[in-house]
Amino acid sequence: MILPPLLQLRHVSLSFRGINALSGLSFDVSKGQICALIGPNGAGKSSALNIINGVYRADSGDIVFDGQRFEQIHPLKAARLGIGRTFQHNALFRHMTVLDNVMAGLTRHSRATTIEYALRLPRARREQWVLRERALGMLDFLHIARHAGTIASTLPYGVQKRVDLARALVAQPKLVLLDEPLAGMNEDEKREMGGFIRRINRDLGTTVILIEHDMGVVMDLSDHVVVLDYGRKVGDGTPAEVRDDPEVIAAYLGTVH
Amino acid sequence: MPSSDGIDTLALVSSRGFVAPVTWRPNWLVLALLAVTFGLVPLVADDYWLNAVLIPFLVLSLAGLGLNLLTGFAGQASLGAGALMSVGAFASYNFLLRAPLLPLPVSLALGGATAAGLGLVFGLPSLRIKGFYLLASTLGAQFFVEWAFTKYEWFSNHASSGSISAPRLALFGCDLSSPLGRYLLTATIVALLTWVAANLVRSQTGRTWTAIRDMDTAAAVIGIPVVGAKLSAFVVSSFILGIAGALWAFTYLGTADAHSFDIDRSFQILFIIIIGGLGSLAGSYIGAAFILVLPIFLDRFALALFGGMIGTGLLENLQKIIFGSLIIFLLAREPRGLAAYLARLSRWLLPRRA
Amino acid sequence: MSFFLETLVGGLLAGVMYSLVALGFVLIYKASRVFNFAQGSLLLFAALAFVTLTEHGVNLWLAGLITLALLILIALAIERAVLRPLTGRSDLTLFMATLGLSYVIEGVAQTVMGSDVHALDLGIPDVPMQVGPIQISVFDLTAAAISGVLVLALSLLFSRTRLGVSLRAVADDPLAAQSIGIKLDTVWSVVWAVAGFVGLVAGLLWGSRQGVQFSLSLVVLKALPVLIIGGFTSITGAIVGGLIVGASESLAELYLGPLIGGGLSAWFAYVLALAFLLVRPSGLFGERAIERV
Repeated sequence: MILPPLLQLRHVSLSFRGINALSGLSFDVSKGQICALIGPNGAGKSSALNIINGVYRADSGDIVFDGQRFEQIHPLKAARLGIGRTFQHNALFRHMTVLDNVMAGLTRHSRATTIEYALRLPRARREQWVLRERALGMLDFLHIARHAGTIASTLPYGVQKRVDLARALVAQPKLVLLDEPLAGMNEDEKREMGGFIRRINRDLGTTVILIEHDMGVVMDLSDHVVVLDYGRKVGDGTPAEVRDDPEVIAAYLGTVH
Repeated sequence: MPSSDGIDTLALVSSRGFVAPVTWRPNWLVLALLAVTFGLVPLVADDYWLNAVLIPFLVLSLAGLGLNLLTGFAGQASLGAGALMSVGAFASYNFLLRAPLLPLPVSLALGGATAAGLGLVFGLPSLRIKGFYLLASTLGAQFFVEWAFTKYEWFSNHASSGSISAPRLALFGCDLSSPLGRYLLTATIVALLTWVAANLVRSQTGRTWTAIRDMDTAAAVIGIPVVGAKLSAFVVSSFILGIAGALWAFTYLGTADAHSFDIDRSFQILFIIIIGGLGSLAGSYIGAAFILVLPIFLDRFALALFGGMIGTGLLENLQKIIFGSLIIFLLAREPRGLAAYLARLSRWLLPRRA
Repeated sequence: MSFFLETLVGGLLAGVMYSLVALGFVLIYKASRVFNFAQGSLLLFAALAFVTLTEHGVNLWLAGLITLALLILIALAIERAVLRPLTGRSDLTLFMATLGLSYVIEGVAQTVMGSDVHALDLGIPDVPMQVGPIQISVFDLTAAAISGVLVLALSLLFSRTRLGVSLRAVADDPLAAQSIGIKLDTVWSVVWAVAGFVGLVAGLLWGSRQGVQFSLSLVVLKALPVLIIGGFTSITGAIVGGLIVGASESLAELYLGPLIGGGLSAWFAYVLALAFLLVRPSGLFGERAIERV
């Protein structure tokens, strides 16, 4: 029996200021997959991600996530449905510590009310402890536990990216959207980060959609690749299929490595 | 509660980098402060100190605390602190007047609750508008409240001057109207509310506040209900400001009218938290101390240096120049305020173990 | 009916004065992206300086010139001492800095020139004049005329001259403007100087209307609603906004006043501004901001 895909984009179109960011984009992502979204700059990859978690609103088309269909969604609702997200340009809470940043990601699992926190009632204290342990666990998983007490903006770029990832993952989303998770990293860092992504997928069972430019990483890491060019899909298949696709090669002339 | 494994939760979740071990480590500092506040001061302080320095210091610190939660922690700009204090004062007065059977703490709490309700309303625009523009709506609230309490005599029980005066301050039959009594009442309330504020700041609620301050678009994406967080900041902050207003009228001034809580008061509270440190609980106290101490210091300094030649007008203007310059300087060089300097000093004096 | 007309006209005239004050803010906001709260204190300083000079027998026009020169110097000092150290900071931080600045200027102004209330006589009579069915104050009319001329001159300056084009370039994208050779420093200095001049005129007009005293610096609080309604970056917006605020304030006082006891001019403009903020956040003529994630 074939399971229905976890995520389906159906004929999604988006334009701003006269430019077509996306034209009739459709693709499916199966549960447990690592799907890479690739394409030249400006191809619409970030826009696609932004539509999936509600930051942008599509002009037409719809999305089906985990059996639920929607044309547009509020980012908060997307988070509650189980869609996590990292950002291309650090969107960490700059003046908060790493631990605070990650614990903030657990807000949707918080049940205690403000009053309970105000008066340090037992349920609030227990919850804090639980949330803190979960956050520390996630920091451990990504090997950044030693930075727990450091203010986020003072950390090196590579570590910040991992904090962003931890924050997105700590609430155990079903799907996580990674926007250029390896950008600005050297080879060692990329290898490490790639390893984390693989572990997230394998050990936590999280479905992953990532935008990435490093073809080596993409081919190695992903199960499924979708290629965009000027907002249209020009390739969709396994890494091997896509690599040999003439249309994809044409779109990427000179940049395939 | 299980002890932490070398990572001190309290130190970690404090905000804005004010991680002075002196403040958030094992509570000996807090205990010392409490001992001084409730033990030492009542023994040694004279009436002048209580009336003119300590009580206003405590009340202004409380007001600063309230505004800091909203502006320093949750990042919501507000020039309406005066209005909220005013509502707290007038509401408490009316409860005490019209429902005399209610004990004093209840009336005060109800005054705070009324302010909180109004704060909720004034906070609604924050859901659509941000940062600087929010100032306009809080400014409007400030003017509106001042006008309403001046215009409608019902609020001040038809007193010809539009002013309200302190009710008989008594608790469990003890008369609290002496300077010491008022001081203890104020100190107790301020200590309690500081405890509440500290709890909130370290909790998940506090985290959602600083998250929306630092980046509210990202906050929604990771699952933080931005609306709820903003409104809870307004409500809690307004509650505290309301009680501070009631205390200002009842335990410090003895009497107040709508103009005691005018736009200058709003500026004053804002200055307290900017100078003391936005996003720092201790900063609210430091700022209040500075605002109170500077005029006294200038007075004595001028007296010593120039005899009686310097008029009060000149001293006031000198104060303005100093406050203004300090604000500009701090904003440019050390946005975390005097609290950050103090933290650095304490770290230098008492180096942390690695 | 004539009552309505009279109130309306009176409101519009007051509105022109509001526009003049708002204009100073627009200029500075366009150049430096900051709502300069200290504009009000500068107004006070201007009026105080002028009055002190004339009271000491200095000729009216000379006093005006000296005051203008002082204002320009102050404006330049502000740009250097306050704006430069705070480049790139948030709007709110800059606003708070100008709040501090306003205190400094007030403190200095009153230390040097005293805190007494001064009467300021510009030689414009404050008598009513009959125009058709309604009465208008000659002073109001003259003040409005002067403000109007100034506003018009500034509009033309900024839309027709090279300076104006440079300013609009700087307002739009400072980096791009620099890359095509526009000297930011020059543009900023000129803008602040012009804003200073506008402040001087506004200070004198308001000062002669209500006396030169500390509360003059609070006239800035009237400008905020005007800017919100008209848009922070538009000269046209300042004009239209001012007129709207002036007119609606007077009319509200006339019609709603009796229902709730009068005195609503203290806050009515803000309620109006709030309504605008909720419906049209960038103001009638302002530019829309796009938030990037």
